Amino acid sequence: MRHRVALVLCFAVALAGISASAKKKSPEPSRLFQKSLAGDQKILQALNRLTFGPRPGDAQHVKSVGLKKWIDRQLHPDSIAENPVLFEKLRTLDSLRMTGAELVSNYPTPQMVRQMVNGQLPFPTDPDRRRMLTRLMEKFEERQKLNNASPGSQPAPPAAAAPAARGLAGLLAPTDLRTMRQGTPQERLALFQALPPEKQEELLDAIPGQLRQSLVTVAPPELRRRFDMIAGPQQMVARDLTEGKLLRAVYSDRQLEEVLTDFWFNHFNVYLDKGADRYLVTPYERDVIRPHVFGKFKDLLAATAKSPAMLFYLDNWQSVGPEAAVPGRPLRKNARGLNENYGRELLELHTLGVDGGYTQKDVTEAARCFTGWTILQPQRGGEFSFNPRTHDSGEKTVLGVTIPAGGGISDGEKVLDLVAHHPSTARFISHKLALRFVADDPPPALVDRMAATFTKTDGDLRAVMQVMFASKEFFSEGAYRAKLKTPLEVVASTVRALNADIAYAASLANQVSQLGQPLYRKVEPTGYSNHSKEWLNAGGLLARMNFALQLAGNKVPGVAVDAAKAAKPDDPIAGIALGSPEFQKR
Amino acid sequence: MPSRRYFLRNSALAMVGVGASPLWLERALYAADAPSQRKKILVAIFQRGAADGLNVVVPHGEPAYYALRPNIAIPRPTDDPAKKAASAIDLDGFFGLNPALAPLKPLYDQKHLAIVDAVGSPDPTRSHFDAQDYMESGTPGRKATQDGWMNRALPPAASKPSPLRAVSLGPVLPRAMRGTLPAIAMQTIDSFQLRNAQASMEFEQRYAASKDPLLQAAGKETFEAVAMLQAIQKRPYQPAPGAEYPRGRFGQSLQQIAQLIKSDVGVEMAFADIGGWDHHVNEVAQTAAEGQLANLLREYGQALSAFWTDMGDRMSDVVVVTMSEFGRTAKENGNRGTDHGHANSMFVMGGSVQGGKVYGKWPGLEKEQLYEGRDLDLTTDFRDVLGELVSSHLGNPSLKTVFPGYQPHTLGLV
Repeated sequence: MRHRVALVLCFAVALAGISASAKKKSPEPSRLFQKSLAGDQKILQALNRLTFGPRPGDAQHVKSVGLKKWIDRQLHPDSIAENPVLFEKLRTLDSLRMTGAELVSNYPTPQMVRQMVNGQLPFPTDPDRRRMLTRLMEKFEERQKLNNASPGSQPAPPAAAAPAARGLAGLLAPTDLRTMRQGTPQERLALFQALPPEKQEELLDAIPGQLRQSLVTVAPPELRRRFDMIAGPQQMVARDLTEGKLLRAVYSDRQLEEVLTDFWFNHFNVYLDKGADRYLVTPYERDVIRPHVFGKFKDLLAATAKSPAMLFYLDNWQSVGPEAAVPGRPLRKNARGLNENYGRELLELHTLGVDGGYTQKDVTEAARCFTGWTILQPQRGGEFSFNPRTHDSGEKTVLGVTIPAGGGISDGEKVLDLVAHHPSTARFISHKLALRFVADDPPPALVDRMAATFTKTDGDLRAVMQVMFASKEFFSEGAYRAKLKTPLEVVASTVRALNADIAYAASLANQVSQLGQPLYRKVEPTGYSNHSKEWLNAGGLLARMNFALQLAGNKVPGVAVDAAKAAKPDDPIAGIALGSPEFQKR
Repeated sequence: MPSRRYFLRNSALAMVGVGASPLWLERALYAADAPSQRKKILVAIFQRGAADGLNVVVPHGEPAYYALRPNIAIPRPTDDPAKKAASAIDLDGFFGLNPALAPLKPLYDQKHLAIVDAVGSPDPTRSHFDAQDYMESGTPGRKATQDGWMNRALPPAASKPSPLRAVSLGPVLPRAMRGTLPAIAMQTIDSFQLRNAQASMEFEQRYAASKDPLLQAAGKETFEAVAMLQAIQKRPYQPAPGAEYPRGRFGQSLQQIAQLIKSDVGVEMAFADIGGWDHHVNEVAQTAAEGQLANLLREYGQALSAFWTDMGDRMSDVVVVTMSEFGRTAKENGNRGTDHGHANSMFVMGGSVQGGKVYGKWPGLEKEQLYEGRDLDLTTDFRDVLGELVSSHLGNPSLKTVFPGYQPHTLGLV
């Protein structure tokens, strides 16, 4: 009962705010940024912007800590003891803690497994993992044979399904077989767990997909992982990333750090499914983005510039200087030459911004500076390396600054230093932060003050945010509930509002994709838009409403809503509140 | 009361038999009536993963083709009954179709299917990711483009446009359709509804009452689309007799596109994709009728042929165009497969298409004729094909906006 009250309160606070802002007539934006909010609205505003949405009780907590102090703690995440529930939820997602090389050897593609079996790639050291991969290889080969041998008129030849069906009957005694086919998920699970380990393995191979799915819903985390692995170990890397993102967004008490890690990953976007990036994105987010989100912008920028994930994504690892400019390099046929992708996006998207005052000539010259910045063994986890033999050693001029010939790796470093301290960058970054945290059209005066702080503090991102979160514009009617939630924000905030418990987050991650924001899978280097209007379309809105009904009705696999709080089918009141236009905003 | 057109059409169909009636006859029937008010429709199909154009549209008259592919070439057309099923189907004495595409041969013969060869994106990239991106944005080499060519190609709407003008079958809106004009992605027609009727009414009222103009407009659009689809969802769909869609997502996608078009909900642009073309290994098995490419082509060809049959006379308003991000190496690799290459082939199918012909200049496969010494060279830009469909078929003259910085050449496809 207390939960229900808390939930209702949570909405009451939200709705009170809406009616307040709804009263205003033909708003004049600049004036609204001068009108400050009432105390409770300030708290909700801070919660809506610094977190992935308030949980029941959060407003009370902020009030008791004091708003200023609460914001300050969020800006210093080390001062907040992390939620132990989060660590427990992340425990089985072991790929999140691996290096690139470990990821490749523990979660290889079928082709890599073949190379391991043939001795061309090292096997993982763990004997269990070796055995599992060998088995997978055998199965993969079998399936290939079946595929090639089948006459092919049917996309799913019956021959492929037959061994599995026979297998199940051959593996279990008749009574057990009946339980497995007709029992409740719990009964099936108990039966499975009572089997000796070898039998379990055989059953895992033989079990049909639907049955497996019903077991997954009740299985403990380790077993669930074994089930998930059947679809191919390489898929676990992406799966862990997306599940990890959602679990952190929902459970972390260092909410601002999570919001910022997502923000900066998106700013320096890379695409998970581009070749080697499959194994490079995990360390990229963890070691390149996350440690710098409260630090200096130039450090964050430099870390991305040297990261294998970015070098691969924007093709810089293949960018080489013209033959003549690279002394001692033999002339090769079909050499790939200069690739400008990184040089262009560095200026346009990462630092100065498209109107930041650079020319095509600057793009080319910057790209020349980064020739030779490459990756050692990109397909095996990768490592940054500078190759003087592919570096264009001539003199360059970038943004009016001459970079003398023969600088080697320092050419690129000079460009990074130059753009990190450029006034356009101070403005562009400040504007983008204000667009995310304040409003779609942030007040120029605020952006100016943030940019001035950026310049004065050598790009100290925490200092810039302090200015923003202390500003009157941030706590103004113009900013209050003025942003439309992105799909990730919708899903995370709905789970948080319901205080739902996540056993596994794969279906939530899937929901985020269906709403139009597949995590780690934004193809374009622009990242996802921070602008509200980008997220408004018919298909997306319908999916938002359906998700709210589904979650409030306790129908999202892996997520449990407390029965007392869950909507009844004939009374979808919580679902309607969560799918309403009001809840789409933050 | 049946219209004159309805009567004419049905008596004509009765005369020649459904399915056998050539479209020119039906076009003539329409000409006898008032000019059709129906909108022209463009259906774009993306074969993701880079299909091996040289084994799809086989240059059997090119000796170098057989020299470069000793193990995986599709054999020359033959009348030998024992070998016929695993040999190319001759088109014009030089090109032939992969035998798995047999269902498309009648359409080619009836001149409703045109093939463009040695076509593709001029950008040299061999990255799937970049090449798909460029082909969908319609701006090869330019990464910053935010929207897709299909969105830009939607003709200006005279009156209130249908919320279902641009529809993609799949979980997310493809890059090609993204942009300022509304476009809808749906997994299936059936899934595009609210799962609770009471909630649906409640939501509709709340969005209509929203003070946020953006949310209010998007809500209106959503519920209009839901209402339009509701009528369709209630009727179980029965494809036209003889239209047998293959199992799998692609066949399902085309069937639903046909259903939407035949339901007259205002579709002008539709998109579907089919993945799995990246055949580095075991592309062709022991015979050309077996292996991964043949299996996929069978699904692909059957789906297109079923779509044609299902659509019937409606194909006079529709053009289907297919594309893949790049072709594959002219020479086979060591694993009975091929690696990433350059130029490819495209199919264009429709009632108004000048088919029965392979378009494009053949660049040859001798060493010095290959692109970068390894791939089929490009003689036609994919924007020439799409540009002509946008201007001549859809009637959108603003090609400068659709393909900025490019002046498409006319091939005479429609």
